[in-house]
Amino acid sequence: MAYKIVGSQCSACAACEPECPNNAIREKNGTYVIKAEKCTECIGYFDDPQCVAVCPVEDTCVVDSSYPRYQAQV
Amino acid sequence: MRDAKLERGPGEAAVLREGPVAGGGCKASRCGSSAREDELPDAIREKVRRHPCYSEEAHHHYARMHVAVAPACNIQCNYCNRKFDCANESRPGVVSERLSPAQAVAKVAAVAGAIAQMSVVGIAGPGDPLANPEKTFATLRGVAAILPDVHLCLSTNGLALPDHVDEIIRLNVHHVTITINAIDPQVASRIYPWIFYDHRRIRGLEAAEILCARQMEGLRMLVARGVLCKVNSVLIPGVNEDHLVQVNRVVKAEGAFLHNIMPLISAPEHGTAFGLSGQRAPTAQELKAVQDRCAGGAALMRHCRQCRADAVGLLGEDRAAEFTLQKIASIPVQPDHAVRRAAQARIEETRREDARARHAQEPPLPMAAPGVRAQVAVATSGAGRINVHFGRAREFQIYEVDAQGVRFAGHRRVDLKGEDAMADEERLHAAVCSLNDCAAVLAARIGAYPRERLAAAGIEAVERFAEGLIHVSIRGWFHDYAGRVERGETVHRTGQDAPLRQGAYVVA
Repeated sequence: MAYKIVGSQCSACAACEPECPNNAIREKNGTYVIKAEKCTECIGYFDDPQCVAVCPVEDTCVVDSSYPRYQAQV
Repeated sequence: MRDAKLERGPGEAAVLREGPVAGGGCKASRCGSSAREDELPDAIREKVRRHPCYSEEAHHHYARMHVAVAPACNIQCNYCNRKFDCANESRPGVVSERLSPAQAVAKVAAVAGAIAQMSVVGIAGPGDPLANPEKTFATLRGVAAILPDVHLCLSTNGLALPDHVDEIIRLNVHHVTITINAIDPQVASRIYPWIFYDHRRIRGLEAAEILCARQMEGLRMLVARGVLCKVNSVLIPGVNEDHLVQVNRVVKAEGAFLHNIMPLISAPEHGTAFGLSGQRAPTAQELKAVQDRCAGGAALMRHCRQCRADAVGLLGEDRAAEFTLQKIASIPVQPDHAVRRAAQARIEETRREDARARHAQEPPLPMAAPGVRAQVAVATSGAGRINVHFGRAREFQIYEVDAQGVRFAGHRRVDLKGEDAMADEERLHAAVCSLNDCAAVLAARIGAYPRERLAAAGIEAVERFAEGLIHVSIRGWFHDYAGRVERGETVHRTGQDAPLRQGAYVVA
């Protein structure tokens, strides 16, 4: 599973963009989006997914259950 | 500890003048005054002479602009809803036009060309400038390159401050504001639910401890390097009103040269944690009481307008709408430095003349009315004169006057967003309510009906000082008023309070 950003919630503050260790977050049409194939849920980098930890609006960076779980060997 | 700080040298980190002895009710001196120029050491006075936010006198003459290049934040405050702007450094319920650093520099150039008295460029958000260091510093570099004469400012929550002090020095940022709402982590934990630090979201007391420590560390580092530091505090009734007196003492000892205590902005429709939990804002007199209790500590700033992160113009006016990205496309990019120098020289000449006039004209205050102290509202559009029609005033400046002198005490806004559509009667009612703790209003003109309404509320409507200098006029009015009170012709108005208006500035 990757993370995704709920577009209607996103305030476009860009706090997540520089925190992502995979460079998976980009601005698109006024909000920010996570490129699912690049997202590692921060496994191997940090204890917490950085986008979730820094986002000022609750429940905006959420698990994208349509995407297969990231298979990192930690 | 305080002595050690004093030794840092009077030029930069000097602790300000000791306050008056509290005995005798502390009425005997300038206690409770705002940061008057004569309270500041010479070197600091010179540095803030053209800074409207730091010098109460300058704010009548010089304009500032904020560029909203910093949307991200690294902490959560209970008075802030990040779907809008930061509620502290800017206003809630309004979204600033966000700019890239290049757009911001173009906007600064356009404004500098159009408003020659624009002397300060600051970055205050809408998030935290130091949570967006690349954007913030790129903007400051660009502004310094095209306008070497403007002062650069930053306003930060302090969490990331110690990491960026070197760059702040390198870019010659003269003024930094740190928002310190508490120095005790127990108090701070009621204001900040979490911080993002060292790649973790940290909550509760641990978060508050880190934030408080980083704020103080940043303040000390800046003061040691000669950067002028102002401390902002949000007054939250029931949370930190007593604590702020201690905050004032400590930040003074650490070298902050000015302390700005601002009222909480809190309404349910802003969607902030405080707004939703019913945390109320302070009244005008509650704010003033805390400010007055801080007398003798760090000098207080009372003319803060809690500007938006994209505000442009004199404090109290917001010309941001004239300088949107669309509109600046048609304004010449290169400001004319000669025009700017000439305009600012004229302002300085005016200020010197006014100062001479003030000294020459001040009538002696009647010493016979030692107990009489009054608050007076003034309608002004700048230049230190009473020059606005009562009905057109978007805000009033409040002065306190007694036998010892005239002191700036704050301002009241009457210009709320959406009120343009309000019936005149409602507007008038709102204006009269907001001045309820004043004994008189001095304006260039006051219509017959407003005059009647003010009289019914017990407030004198005075227009005989139209175009007069504010301080001289207030002394003149008080001379007459105190005499009437003493002769029993007028009942002294005292013990009133007024609400502080909540909400966003109208964009002019």
